[in-house]
Amino acid sequence: MGKRVRMPGNGAPSEGLKRVDPEAIDTIVAAHAGHEGALLPVLREVQEVVGYLPEWALKRVALGLGLSLSRVYGVATFYSLFTTKPKGQYVIRVCESAPCHVQGAQEVINALMRELGVGFGETTPDGRFTLEAVSCLGTCGVAPAVMIGDRVYGNLTPETVLTVLEEYS
Amino acid sequence: MRMFRAHVLVCAGGSCSLKANRAVQERLVSEVEKRGLSDEIKVVETGCFGLCEQGPTVVVYPEGVLYCKVTPDDVPELVDEHLLKGRFVERLLYQEEPAAGGAAAYQKIPEMDFFRGQVRIVLRNCGLIDPESIEEYIGSGGYQALGKALAKMTPAQVVDEVKASGLRGRGGAGFPTGLKWEFASNAKGDVKYIVCNADEGEPGTFKDRLILEGDPHAVLEGMVLTGYAVGARKGYVYIRGEYGLSIERLEQAIHQAREQGFLGSDIFGSGFDFDVEVRVGAGAYVCGEETALLESLEGNRGEPRIKPPYPAQVGLFGKPTVINNVETLANVAPIISNGANWFRGYGTERCPGTKVFTLTGDIVNEGLIEVPMGITLREVIFGIGGGIRGGRQFKMAQTGGTAGGCLSAELLDVPMDYDELSTVGSALGSGALLILDDTHCIVDVAHVFARFFEHESCGKCTPCREGTMRLSEIMARISAGEACQGDLENLEALARTMSMASLCPLGQSAPLPLTSTLKYFRDEFDAHINDKQCPVGTCRSLAHRAALVTTGKEE
Repeated sequence: MGKRVRMPGNGAPSEGLKRVDPEAIDTIVAAHAGHEGALLPVLREVQEVVGYLPEWALKRVALGLGLSLSRVYGVATFYSLFTTKPKGQYVIRVCESAPCHVQGAQEVINALMRELGVGFGETTPDGRFTLEAVSCLGTCGVAPAVMIGDRVYGNLTPETVLTVLEEYS
Repeated sequence: MRMFRAHVLVCAGGSCSLKANRAVQERLVSEVEKRGLSDEIKVVETGCFGLCEQGPTVVVYPEGVLYCKVTPDDVPELVDEHLLKGRFVERLLYQEEPAAGGAAAYQKIPEMDFFRGQVRIVLRNCGLIDPESIEEYIGSGGYQALGKALAKMTPAQVVDEVKASGLRGRGGAGFPTGLKWEFASNAKGDVKYIVCNADEGEPGTFKDRLILEGDPHAVLEGMVLTGYAVGARKGYVYIRGEYGLSIERLEQAIHQAREQGFLGSDIFGSGFDFDVEVRVGAGAYVCGEETALLESLEGNRGEPRIKPPYPAQVGLFGKPTVINNVETLANVAPIISNGANWFRGYGTERCPGTKVFTLTGDIVNEGLIEVPMGITLREVIFGIGGGIRGGRQFKMAQTGGTAGGCLSAELLDVPMDYDELSTVGSALGSGALLILDDTHCIVDVAHVFARFFEHESCGKCTPCREGTMRLSEIMARISAGEACQGDLENLEALARTMSMASLCPLGQSAPLPLTSTLKYFRDEFDAHINDKQCPVGTCRSLAHRAALVTTGKEE
C-alpha cells in the first residue's frame, strides 16, 4: 500500500502545469477560516487556481483548516467535479444517462472518441481535451448534450459535435 | 415610469441559451434602436417559457404572439412586420403539428394545446418577467406573501396554513411539507436552519434549474417564509456546480433582496432576521438525498446518514433543519397569499396543487410544463406534449427519472400523483417524464438505468454498493445475449434485498426501473435471454449476431 504521508510540510508545487504560489492556497483558506463547512468551497477555489488538486495543495488545505489529510483527500476524491490529477485544457463531459442515450448519445460519444483518439478518463496527447462520461447535465430538453469547459451544447449529432470541437482547436 | 406599447420577451432559459438566444436578443435591441423605437418597445430577457424543443422562443405582448425557432436573421423581418406594421410573421408562428408544413395561423397562447391544460403556480412568472429584476417580481405580486405573514400572521399560523394546504414535498418523496415544518418548529434549540435542495441530479429532470433561472425570487421568498414559520435565521441553497446560470441569477437575486430589505436583519421592521447563502455542489448524484446533502454542506463526503434522527430534529451542524426542494419552496408564497383552500382547488384530495414536469424523449413538445396533480399520462403526452414524434407508436414512459418506474401503454390512464403511481409500481419522483417510442429496446434502456446506479452509488452501504454493481452486470449479460440460467431470478431477489436493506433512497429505488420494465415488458427480456434476439435490433452484439445468421456467415 501507499507510503506514509508526511503531515503536512510546506511542500512546494513541484508538479502541475501551472506554477502556483503556495501562499495562494493560504489566502483562499484564510478567506473561509471560521466558516462552518468550508472544505468544499475551499477545494473548489483551489482547483480553480491550480487547475487540479495536487497532493501539496491538499496538504496545505488540511494544515490551514486544521483537518486531517485523509479527510481532505476523502472529500477531494468523492466528488466528480474535483480531480487530483491534471486534466486537459478543456474537459469534455458527455452525458450517458437515459434521456441522452435514447436520443443517440452513443453515436455522439463514438464520434468524439474516434476524432480525439481517447477513451473516457483520458486526455489527448496534446493536452487539449480530456473526455469524461457524466451522469446528467440537467439539459435533457435538448438531448443529447455535451459540456465543454463550462459551456453546454445540445441537440448534437455525430456530425455537429465535430463542428463544435472545431471551435476549440 | 416609462410606458411601452409593446414588450418583446426573449427566452433566456438554459435550453434556449444553447441556441443563439443571446444573438437574437442583441439583434432585436439593435434593430429596434435602428428604427428609433427604443422608447416604445422593450426587449426583455425572461426565464424558460417551457417549449425547449421550439427554442429560441420570442413572445410579443400585448398581443401575446409566440414565435419559435427564431434566428438572428429573422429579426429584421419580425421588427418590420410585427412591431412596425402590426402584421404577424406567419412562418415563425408556433405550430401544434410541425409535420403539417406551411404557415401556421395565429393562436392565443392560453388556447394552445401546450398551455391549455397547464396551471401555472410555481411557474407563475417563468417566461413572463425578467428574472434579473426584483422590480418585475414585486410588480407581479412578489414579496406580498412575506409582508402578509410578517405583519398579520404568527409563525404557527404560517405552519398551519401550509399544513392545511396539503402541500407535499416536490423533490420526490412527497412528505407533507407543513408537518416537516411543525417538527422543526417544535424542536428545541435557538439555532435552526432552512436548506433549499437544488442539487437536481435526477436524469431527465431540469425543472429546478429552470425555476431558479426563471424566477429566483419565488424560491427566496419561500425560504424566508419557511424561516419565519420554524424560527430559523439562516438558509442555505445547495445547488449543483453544473448550474452556472442558476447560481449567477440566484446570487444576484439574493443581493437585490438584501438591498430591498427582504433579506437581512429586521425584515419589514418585524424584528425577524433571515439571510441566505449559496453553496455550490461538486458533482455527486447522491447529494440530492437530504442527509447526504447535509454532510456535503458540512464539508464532508456526501454519504447519507442513518435516519432517525430526522433532520427536523438533528440536521445541519446538529441543529433542527428543514430541507425543502426548489419547487416546494416556490409553492409557499402563493399558498400564504391565497390561502390553503385556494391551493386545494387544484390537484387531488391527497395531493393538492400542481406538479412541474419535464418532458423528454420521443415527444413533440420536449420541455417544461406545470399541470394539476392527478392528470393522466395520456393527457400529458397526447394533449400538452403534442404526441409522439414522427407519428410513431408510444411504447414506454418512465416517471420520476432514472430512479422512477416504467409504464406501458395500458397504464396511460393512471392519474399521476404520489399515491396512484406507487400502486402501479412506479413513482412520481421529481417529475421527469421520459417518453419512448417503439424504436427503442427496453432491455437496452434498462441496462443504461443499471449502469447509472452502479456509477452513482456512494459505496457506504453494502446492499447498494454491491447490488448496483451486480444489477448492472446482469443487465449487461442480458443485453449481450449472454444471460445465464437464473439471472432473472437473481435480479428479482437482489431487487428485493436492495429495496429493503439499502440505507437511503438511492439504493432503495435503484431496482425500481428494472423491476417495472420486467413487469410490463417481460417478453423482451425473454427474447434476449431465451432466443438470443433483440426484437428491436438495438442491442448491438445481438443485432450483429442476427445479421451473421441471415447472411449465413455464422460459424
